[in-house]
Amino acid sequence: MSLAKSYAVSLMGLAGTLIEVEAEISSNLPSFVLIGLPDASLSEAKDRVRAASHNSGLSMPARRVTINLSPASVPKHGASFDLAIALSIMAAGGLVRSESVAKWVHLGELGLDGTVRQIPGVLPALLGAKIAGFKHAVVPLANLAEAQLVDGITVVGASHLRQVAKLHGAEIQSDECTSEVHVPKQSASQTTPFLIPDISDVIGQEEAIQALTVAAAGGHHLLMVGPPGAGKTMLAERLPTLLPDLPLREALETTAVYSIATNRVALNSGSLITRPPFEAPHHSASVSSLVGGGMGFPRPGHISLANHGVLFLDEAPEFQKPVLESLRQPLESGEVIINRSAGTARFPARFQLVLAANPCPCGRLSGKGQRCVCSQSQKLSYAARLSGPLLDRVDIRLAITPANPAQMAIGNQSQVERKTSALARVEVANARLAAAERLSQTPWFINAQVPGPYLRNQLKTQPAITSQLDRALDRGVMSMRGYDRCLRLAWTSADLAGRTSPTLEDISMAIYLRGSENPMEPR
Amino acid sequence: MSANQTLGRYGEDRAADYLCGLGYTILHRNWRGPSGEIDLIANDRGRIVFVEVKTRNGQGFGHPFEAITQEKVSRMRRLVAQWCEAQQMVGARVRLDAIAVLVSGGKVNIEHLKQVC
Repeated sequence: MSLAKSYAVSLMGLAGTLIEVEAEISSNLPSFVLIGLPDASLSEAKDRVRAASHNSGLSMPARRVTINLSPASVPKHGASFDLAIALSIMAAGGLVRSESVAKWVHLGELGLDGTVRQIPGVLPALLGAKIAGFKHAVVPLANLAEAQLVDGITVVGASHLRQVAKLHGAEIQSDECTSEVHVPKQSASQTTPFLIPDISDVIGQEEAIQALTVAAAGGHHLLMVGPPGAGKTMLAERLPTLLPDLPLREALETTAVYSIATNRVALNSGSLITRPPFEAPHHSASVSSLVGGGMGFPRPGHISLANHGVLFLDEAPEFQKPVLESLRQPLESGEVIINRSAGTARFPARFQLVLAANPCPCGRLSGKGQRCVCSQSQKLSYAARLSGPLLDRVDIRLAITPANPAQMAIGNQSQVERKTSALARVEVANARLAAAERLSQTPWFINAQVPGPYLRNQLKTQPAITSQLDRALDRGVMSMRGYDRCLRLAWTSADLAGRTSPTLEDISMAIYLRGSENPMEPR
Repeated sequence: MSANQTLGRYGEDRAADYLCGLGYTILHRNWRGPSGEIDLIANDRGRIVFVEVKTRNGQGFGHPFEAITQEKVSRMRRLVAQWCEAQQMVGARVRLDAIAVLVSGGKVNIEHLKQVC
């Protein structure tokens, strides 16, 4: 047999294309030819595969070896093809059963000694293999936990090339590959309990906590304006703790994005991410780091890593203007399309935006603002950095004032009375359930997604309730958009309270949460 | 003669025997031209075959074929032209072959690659 094939997966974003790895051994002087649009790191597979095979006692044939990666038009990158290349050569050389190798997908990078190394993107790659109809796959042992999240495909974890060769019938007399399938070690809990943020850590700030709960329940984007040290960051970090666990489909999507983001710690644990992620990029972040980019091949940015979770932009006005504006399109569509020279990738980006800002450059413009040293023009230009179109998409605008000494004294005494995140999470989950039930006939499932006309038609029957809003609209102190935003928030408030439709109380709450038309203006 | 030269000579002898066994007629051994040397030149039913013989004692330094570099092959091609000129056989049908002679534990193993380029 001088011709054999195996399979691997090439990833473009989260979309996996099945790649046929063909190997041909021709009777000619020894050389190694790799064709089919490989990038630099994939071209180096030649030397890795040669050394790994040699050091595993499975030497390469002393003939010309040609590897073709098909379809040739798909650009391929990375080292994850090593294992498939090595196995197809062994099959072509008759060391292993070629009919067995051709039925399996092989993913893994090879070390020079033949170890099978961890690779990024195992989860989306296996999802791609499953769609293509494959039933068996070999993955690096270090990726096994992640690989097992895909059902309907038998996954074998390998730590050495010899194990894989033996799996396909190579005659190896060795005791180091006794077991083929390894059970991954259960990792200990990632964080020690006292490091997990909880909403009960916050002293005072009852309104802010209420607003946070509403934001969590309705998925509303949130802006917090307040002086330094008022607790904006602390509150934002606790928003994810109020969000319910991710349903399986969302958890898989989130894990898949983390899987291709090579610089993420989650890659090492490899288990399913069930908690909403929290991303807090620094304000020096570039457009590419935020929405996604990369050299040649598209990579996910912070907004995709925050998919189904929270994207927190602290010191939002300090971000470069183009960076902030780049958020507008993904905020609308819930996904982002990244074009790079090697191809185009679509990443999910359905995140909840939390912005935090100081009221002015010096940060002291709160209360009466007497200690503020900023000039009027400084204040105006600072406020203008958060553009209208961006703020339009933010439902809740909250002024945060620092907790006063009295609140702190009370807060330190009565530990028991403060609401915990676990408790709030139950309320949020119930409210989300109620909203989802009401919206079951629509394409939306949380209140923040519902457009104005639908809201207005639904509330038409109760003019007494909306009279407060109508009057504000008539007087010109509220825009039509602000009106819709209030309705949206009122529904969430009603959902939280367990009411079937908003009452006057919910409308008042909504008006408070919406804040002023110009949120950077002191009240 | 060094040990390596002795081994090389021995390998060339084995290769020549092997080719004769296949019915080839040996025309030259160690023919020297301006660019170097050709180990064996044989006639295979009218086709002139130029053979590079590599001999190894054990596989510690890789397979014998791995020692035939691209540079060696291009030198052979030049030598083929030079030989044809010298023999006034320009336009003859020619072929470049490689033979690996592997000596290990008293056993001799011969591998033959035809038309290597």
